[in-house]
Amino acid sequence: MADQTTTASGTAAADRAAAARKMRIQTIIRTVGMLPVLIILAIAFESMTGRFMSGQNLSIVAQQAAINIVLAAGMTMVILTGGIDLSVGSILAAAAMGAVIGSLIPEAGMLGIPIALGIGLVFGLVNGALIAFVKLPPFIVTLGALTAVRGVARLLGDDTTVFNSNLPFAFIGNGTLFGVPWLVVIAFATILVSWFILRRTVLGVHIYAVGGNPDAARLSGIKVWAVLLFVYGFSGLMAGLGGVMSAARLYAANGLQLGQSYELDAIAAVILGGTSFVGGIGSIWGTLVGALIIAVLTNGLILTGVSDIWQYIIKGLVIIGAVALDRYRTKGSART
Amino acid sequence: MQPNKAPILEMRGISKTFPGVRALAGVDLTVYPGEVHALMGENGAGKSTLMKILSGAYTADPGGEIRVEGRPVTIDGPLSAKQLGVAVIYQELALAPNLSVAENIYLGREAKSGAQVDRRAMREGCRGVLQRLGATFGPSTLVQDLSIAERQLVEIARAIHADARILVMDEPTTALSSRETDKLFDLIRQLRQEGLAIIYISHRMAEVYELSDRCSVLRDGSYVGTLTREQLNADALVKMMVGRDLSKFYKKDHDAHGSRGPVILKVEGVGDGGRVKPCSFELHQGEVLGIAGLVGSGRTELARLIYGAEQRTSGTITLLGNPISPKKPQDAIDAGLVYLTEDRKGQGLFLDMSVADNINLGVIGRDAKLFGILDRGMARRRAAEGIRSLSIRVAGPQVEVGSLSGGNQQKVLLSRLLETRPKVLILDEPTRGVDIGAKSEIYRIIDDLAKSGVGVIVISSELPEVVGIADRVLVMREGHIAGEVGGATGVPVTQETIIAYATGASTAPGATVH
Repeated sequence: MADQTTTASGTAAADRAAAARKMRIQTIIRTVGMLPVLIILAIAFESMTGRFMSGQNLSIVAQQAAINIVLAAGMTMVILTGGIDLSVGSILAAAAMGAVIGSLIPEAGMLGIPIALGIGLVFGLVNGALIAFVKLPPFIVTLGALTAVRGVARLLGDDTTVFNSNLPFAFIGNGTLFGVPWLVVIAFATILVSWFILRRTVLGVHIYAVGGNPDAARLSGIKVWAVLLFVYGFSGLMAGLGGVMSAARLYAANGLQLGQSYELDAIAAVILGGTSFVGGIGSIWGTLVGALIIAVLTNGLILTGVSDIWQYIIKGLVIIGAVALDRYRTKGSART
Repeated sequence: MQPNKAPILEMRGISKTFPGVRALAGVDLTVYPGEVHALMGENGAGKSTLMKILSGAYTADPGGEIRVEGRPVTIDGPLSAKQLGVAVIYQELALAPNLSVAENIYLGREAKSGAQVDRRAMREGCRGVLQRLGATFGPSTLVQDLSIAERQLVEIARAIHADARILVMDEPTTALSSRETDKLFDLIRQLRQEGLAIIYISHRMAEVYELSDRCSVLRDGSYVGTLTREQLNADALVKMMVGRDLSKFYKKDHDAHGSRGPVILKVEGVGDGGRVKPCSFELHQGEVLGIAGLVGSGRTELARLIYGAEQRTSGTITLLGNPISPKKPQDAIDAGLVYLTEDRKGQGLFLDMSVADNINLGVIGRDAKLFGILDRGMARRRAAEGIRSLSIRVAGPQVEVGSLSGGNQQKVLLSRLLETRPKVLILDEPTRGVDIGAKSEIYRIIDDLAKSGVGVIVISSELPEVVGIADRVLVMREGHIAGEVGGATGVPVTQETIIAYATGASTAPGATVH
């Protein structure tokens, strides 16, 4: 009996050590995520073109990624709760319209920014309220908003393109801060804020909890409605910010064309970043990598002179392939 | 047992090694046709691994031997197991809910006429077996319209229809009511009569006594022994399963007269206008109050009304002299009343989140600094303390809860509740799906809580457990409290007195019918 106990505790200790090792490896795999794919793509494009890695080109890539990063940050929170937000492209268009129209106010053109953010926040909160209180499925609510808000965006400018060649906040789209483009600064700040919310606040833990097990979340006293209202509100606000960025870049906005299918790029970035489509698992850093992969692909394919049609096909296949690779590596630990 | 018959299945010296873990070490198992052979052991003892080898899901290490009807066989996949007549009825039923009963029974070997699926032939072909098993539904019924018990019947029908001769049933009664369980047992006896060999895995000793002809016990991946029907009793079984005595199993060190302490929770006329009739009772400080009754008698529903997880339509709740009116769980938690769900994985834990997060989840809001910023030092301390005080066996606080055993998962959930420093704790089936070692630890925790003055309500379907740990027991039947034993009633707390109330054989003296 005595030696039996020692063997039992001996194997138990060995099991625990093995489990700890396995956990560490899994943590590393999860943290690193898709970063290797990003690096390989960058090296491949550099060797093919010889100018991908130039400082100027990398700056262009970062600026191209910026708006998608901002949208994907909001999308990450929504998908972490097990939801989806299809309306961000339309909200971005409406907010950009608001930003340009607001910028035409004499002497107070900077008001365009809060107007755009307000438009985004309000539409996001309406989505959130329908999902949290009326308990409609997120897919349906935001699919409806995708169409309806697009209509609102066209209405805002009487279905025309609005211009302001003297845009007071044009520096956001074209200026730099200490040599870094403002677009990139804003995108990175969004990631940092999102990281802080997700990892350092009670709200963040609750977001993961609601996505991981909504029933248990309610039963353990989490205000599920507040969490849902927040994530859709935040996603809308990010779309509003994206609207400001678009308007600032273009000195103009068009309710019909702006932001078309942006929601799909944002979703692709989140999923590429390893966030589980059913909620509860994922990180904002993964999303950043995912958005950069999309931007690198777009830019690199243009540099290599691949035709527009093939760019679509290759991008789609890379997204599927990268996620398949990720599922294979983290088999058993992650689910989509 | 049919000692003069030849065994249908002999497994000799079966071992299975996973990287770093020896799951089975030279296990023997002999099963005869026409017997129900129970397989018992704690979680992790190797029952499932052994059955997975039999069903071809795993391949055994070289060196062992499997004989079916005396012939040595190799089982190298699910298909070869099927051909040998082995069928497993899993806990999670493996049926396609969107297909009909007939399509499910024929799944993977559909009847065809030419290239087309012949639905008529399939319907007719399984009518016989359904009738034989006493099914009350037809072959074209969709599986999603069937109850859990009926789905189980479809699985059994599928096995029989495929000429299975060795049927493995893994905890088949977990999701069944007692009436459905009785029906299943009748069916199992009928199959035994027809000469099938049934390997029956269960944690519930009462079922094993009732059903099995022989019972083999595994412990830590090794074969301990086999008891015949005559040798079966609780003491012998527990001793074989845990390697120690039953006498120290239930722990009741707290003042057994806790029932005389001050009233901490008073429930008056609480009901939901439907399944729960108005119920009234009192809970004293430092008391362990059992709530017994058949599954479906309204125990869980009553607990959820008190916790605010469902809305009550009548009654008042008084906690420590203050009336409370929980409309949502948060209200009850804030008042000092918490509830441990019976559905640990579905409604309790966040399986993808860490042990530390799961322990802290109930209190991070209280601990948080300004603007809801997490107090991470506090969270670390709470997690470490919870893991230590409830002896949760885990490699570290960052391990995902989903990877722990049932017992350790339950302790994580308990730890989350205890961190809120509750005055009243309602535990719904606290030892369900928990191995016997962890069970005894949970009993110790309950006992310690009572000693420290917490009022504990334990809802349980396991009568020996209720009798073993409760000072006083309320018995529910059909949505109302049918009787009370122990405490001031003078009626002793025994399985017999509880069953009498639960089944309606006796009614409470002077019980007021609401």
